Amino acid sequence: MRYEVPETVDAAVALLAAANGSARILAGGTDLLVQLRAGLVEPDVVVDIKKISQTRQVTAQDGGFRVGAAVTGAELDEHPDLKKNWPGVVEAAELIGSTQVQGRATMGGNLCNASPAADSVPALIAAAATCQIAGPDGERTVPVESICTGPGKTILGTGEFVVSLILPARPPHSGDAYLRFIPRTEMDIAVVGVGVSLTLDGAGQCIAARVGLGAVAATALLVTEAADALVGTAVDEGAVEKMQQAVRAACRPIDDKRGTIAYRTQVSGVLAGRACRIALERAGEH
Amino acid sequence: MAAVEKIIENRIDDKTTDSKALKWVGTRAPRPDGVDKVTGRAKFGADTHLPNMLIGKVLRSPHAHARILSIDPSAALALPGVKAVVTRDDFPDQPAGAVQPAGEMIINYRDMTRNIMAREKALYEGHAVAAVAAVSDRVAGQALTLIKVDYEVLPHVIDVDEAMGADAPLIQEDLITEGMDPAPEKPSNIAKRVEFGHGDIETGFSQAQVVIEREFKTRPVHQGYIEPHACLASFSEDGQADLWCSTQGHYVARGHCATLLGMDVSKLRVTSSEIGGGFGGKTVVYLEPVALALSRKACQPVKMVMTRDEVFRASGPACGTSMQVRIGATREGKITAGDATLKFQAGAFAGSPVPAAAMCAFAPYDLEHVRSVGYDVLVNRPKVAAYRAPGAPLGEYAVESVIDELAKALELDPIEFRLLNAVREGVDSSYGPKFGPIGCIQTLEAARDHDHYQTPLGSGQGRGVATGYWFNIGGQTSATLNLSEDGSVALVVGTPDIGGSRASLAMMTAETLGIELDKVRPLVGDTSALGYNMLTGGSRVTFAGGIAVVGAAEDLIRQLCERAALTWDLPLDDVEWIEGEARPANGRAGSEAPMSMAEIAKDMAKSGGPIVGRHSTNAQGAGPSFGTHVVDVDVDRETGRVSVTRYTVVQDAGKAIHPGYVEGQYQGGAVQGIGWALNEEYIYDEKGKIENAGFLDYRVPVCSDVPMIDTVIVEVPNPEHPYGVRGVGETPIVPPLAAISNAVENALGIRFTELPMSPPRVLAAIEQAG
Ligand SMILES: Cc1cc2nc3c(=O)[nH]c(=O)nc-3n(C[C@H](O)[C@H](O)[C@H](O)COP(=O)(O)OP(=O)(O)OC[C@H]3O[C@@H](n4cnc5c(N)ncnc54)[C@H](O)[C@@H]3O)c2cc1C
Repeated sequence: MRYEVPETVDAAVALLAAANGSARILAGGTDLLVQLRAGLVEPDVVVDIKKISQTRQVTAQDGGFRVGAAVTGAELDEHPDLKKNWPGVVEAAELIGSTQVQGRATMGGNLCNASPAADSVPALIAAAATCQIAGPDGERTVPVESICTGPGKTILGTGEFVVSLILPARPPHSGDAYLRFIPRTEMDIAVVGVGVSLTLDGAGQCIAARVGLGAVAATALLVTEAADALVGTAVDEGAVEKMQQAVRAACRPIDDKRGTIAYRTQVSGVLAGRACRIALERAGEH
Repeated sequence: MAAVEKIIENRIDDKTTDSKALKWVGTRAPRPDGVDKVTGRAKFGADTHLPNMLIGKVLRSPHAHARILSIDPSAALALPGVKAVVTRDDFPDQPAGAVQPAGEMIINYRDMTRNIMAREKALYEGHAVAAVAAVSDRVAGQALTLIKVDYEVLPHVIDVDEAMGADAPLIQEDLITEGMDPAPEKPSNIAKRVEFGHGDIETGFSQAQVVIEREFKTRPVHQGYIEPHACLASFSEDGQADLWCSTQGHYVARGHCATLLGMDVSKLRVTSSEIGGGFGGKTVVYLEPVALALSRKACQPVKMVMTRDEVFRASGPACGTSMQVRIGATREGKITAGDATLKFQAGAFAGSPVPAAAMCAFAPYDLEHVRSVGYDVLVNRPKVAAYRAPGAPLGEYAVESVIDELAKALELDPIEFRLLNAVREGVDSSYGPKFGPIGCIQTLEAARDHDHYQTPLGSGQGRGVATGYWFNIGGQTSATLNLSEDGSVALVVGTPDIGGSRASLAMMTAETLGIELDKVRPLVGDTSALGYNMLTGGSRVTFAGGIAVVGAAEDLIRQLCERAALTWDLPLDDVEWIEGEARPANGRAGSEAPMSMAEIAKDMAKSGGPIVGRHSTNAQGAGPSFGTHVVDVDVDRETGRVSVTRYTVVQDAGKAIHPGYVEGQYQGGAVQGIGWALNEEYIYDEKGKIENAGFLDYRVPVCSDVPMIDTVIVEVPNPEHPYGVRGVGETPIVPPLAAISNAVENALGIRFTELPMSPPRVLAAIEQAG
């Protein structure tokens, strides 16, 4: 196994393309190193992207943010503007692991590891975040919800990797929130995760909404029906209830050691309601 | 905040409540192993290395139950770098009936040799089938894949009630239930029936106005120690061997290994490492005899370390159970009868702690008519190992749940109801012996009067209490005090230090000798350093070890006085030992300047040579310990998640030698109980394989899951110990299961009769209750 530390996007792409499918990208390594030690993956080349400056920066872009794919959870937390605009996204990333894990774990890794239970992904989906992907054929931009195709599987082709995540500009009266359910209080894996993002007009009517749902299907879901239940309403209890129904209807969970179908479905609605109320409160504050 | 106040309160108590002024006993001295532990210098099981060391790995059964038709290691042996393979053929079979008590469990060597290496059948997923030693971890791992095992997969059973059924697959084809009269003719999975009690149950129930009967079911749990099993074995060509391992008892491990390998016990020297938790799970051997057998074959040292996955699949657990309890009481709150039937999973070999569970179940209560029946049942799971107060938390979970329901039915405060029926000195225990001085009532009263119990609950919260009991044990123990030429002493003990025992044993030594604590260096010696020592278990070390070190200190004092008498040319009777120095006594008082330990030590060559204090004993008179726990919970009605918001442990310590470590035991037991009550369980698939063999999906509580556990140390001295010590390490895990279940009932009005009360189970129950 070779370890490579390219300093440019092009160099990384060249290394990945040359390895012909037997390369792995190393960001924080909090998934990859665990998988290496367990013998689940045996790559010929490990390409560490942390020396590529674009992957390590948070910059303002078009009124929103460009977040390097290898920015750690702890760094996101220390970025006041990002936290002010996208509190739900930051709190989702902050839920990952413990203080120690936060010093390494990245949103790029969380997304590309393609676990259906990844915490930051439903929040990124709710935020309408997109990925800037570099590859042998140049760059492309893809919405977060289109990256994963199943557990451990992504659309990334040979030689491709995510350079940055783009968070759009925030209109006034917007708010987002992410909640997950775990049996413990930390160091656990989401049984259900829900991200909600809302934008209100001056009169308190919801003019835009997105709902992302994690751990209840093979990939994190964008639930448009849930968002539709909120748009055009004052996000009153009736609308929230309809949204919760739509969330439950979208669930296609499996029965496994981490939760039953019935439990996951029921709790997804509960968390969606709670996340929605937090997002609404935040929208009211801005 | 409350917890901090309590600690301060205890500190004041430490100084003021003692009649005899004690200098060290009862203080919070720093632990002698503390610096090494926080700096990473301490050596745990996996930290010993030797030149030419090989790595050993175990091939484990992928089946829950299968006959082993053949094992072919030839391809593995042909792999370059592989130095030895061992299988069942490398361990002599043991005679039937080779049984020996060890700690709180019974050891049967015929079973043990089958548990460390499967013989006729693999009896659980993870059962060791073969092992290799190779030059590296990678080669050893590769070699495992080359060992060919031919299995005939058999039907399996992992549920205790199913295992007791008439058509259950038989785990041991020739097992006839012990303890039945007449003995059954047909074999079954029921290894043993036990019964305890007195009076006549039906007479008792006929006197009751309220009778409550419930059935309970609990899942097996793992002890959850952080440090996986690890050892290093080195056999030499002449048949002598050394073993370094993480164990609760290196003498016991030595005996097991020598028996399993067919060697003289004294040819094997065992050194115990620092131990990263055991809780009973490191009282047995798994890797140790295998590493020795590999080393004997390879003539090189062999290191073996379990992965976490192996720890879950092949070590521990504590049993799962199925239990029925019926208790009757008069309208005034006097219990007239108690009856319990406890069915415990033993795992693949007989020997669950169901006898202890049956004995403890009703122990807190003074009952005229009481009976508890236990069944020890084989299932296709790893053989259960001891886990803090083995069995007691389970039986008391069932009994204390019904007691709580009775209190509610009788509209009595649950602590007052318990006080009406609690045992006191002189009462016949539910399982036989008459109680000596005990602190059952005192802990109940202290819990009742505690600020926690007096504080109103927040809305939606619930409060539960439960009382628990554990016997504690004594047993064989040796200690030596080697006087150095400067007057300092090396204290050598033979019990691995799990809970701070080096500190407390050194404190009792310094107290008895009348010297500064830092003049005593406590060490855990290897098996060649001392006479026999039973393992660290049964909450025995501060009790039995205390007797041994005080005995050794008295032996040392006697010799020091002899040397002074010789120097002064006085009869021994005219020399006394006061405040760490020899002084002329009686009519000769003041006739000579006192001689300190340092002065006597400096001249010991002249006065007769080296001075060594020794004591070996089979300590008797362990003091049982009662505890009462109070817990508050909050339940999220929409997700079923139970949060513990406040927790107080009240327990009788007899005498807290080191209050800080006593509190640590109380808190640790409560935390393990919280995990057991709320989230810990093994999840099996339909083939009998464990699906959650890791800490991600086997959920022990993390720090943020538990509140600061408040503690109250009650001290009802044990007259059989020089400083009044009872054991304290096990009782703290006995009450939590029931206390938390009772708190959940108090919050929701729903009685749970199954553990764990995990969020899906709690939510389902809430939805069902509508
Ligand atoms: C103790 C512990 C607790 C955890 N708790 C949580 C939790 O609460 N919630 C949660 O969601 N996760 C949790 N995780 C999982 C993990 O920490 C997260 O998924 C984390 O975000 C992964 O980020 P990373 O930078 O460490 O990824 P890495 O391990 O570096 O990479 C993960 C995967 O993504 C690929 N990859 C990484 N970056 C890119 C990129 N830019 N482009 C393309 N592919 C890429 C890698 O090749 C690898 O396959 C936990 C892990 C541990 C060890």
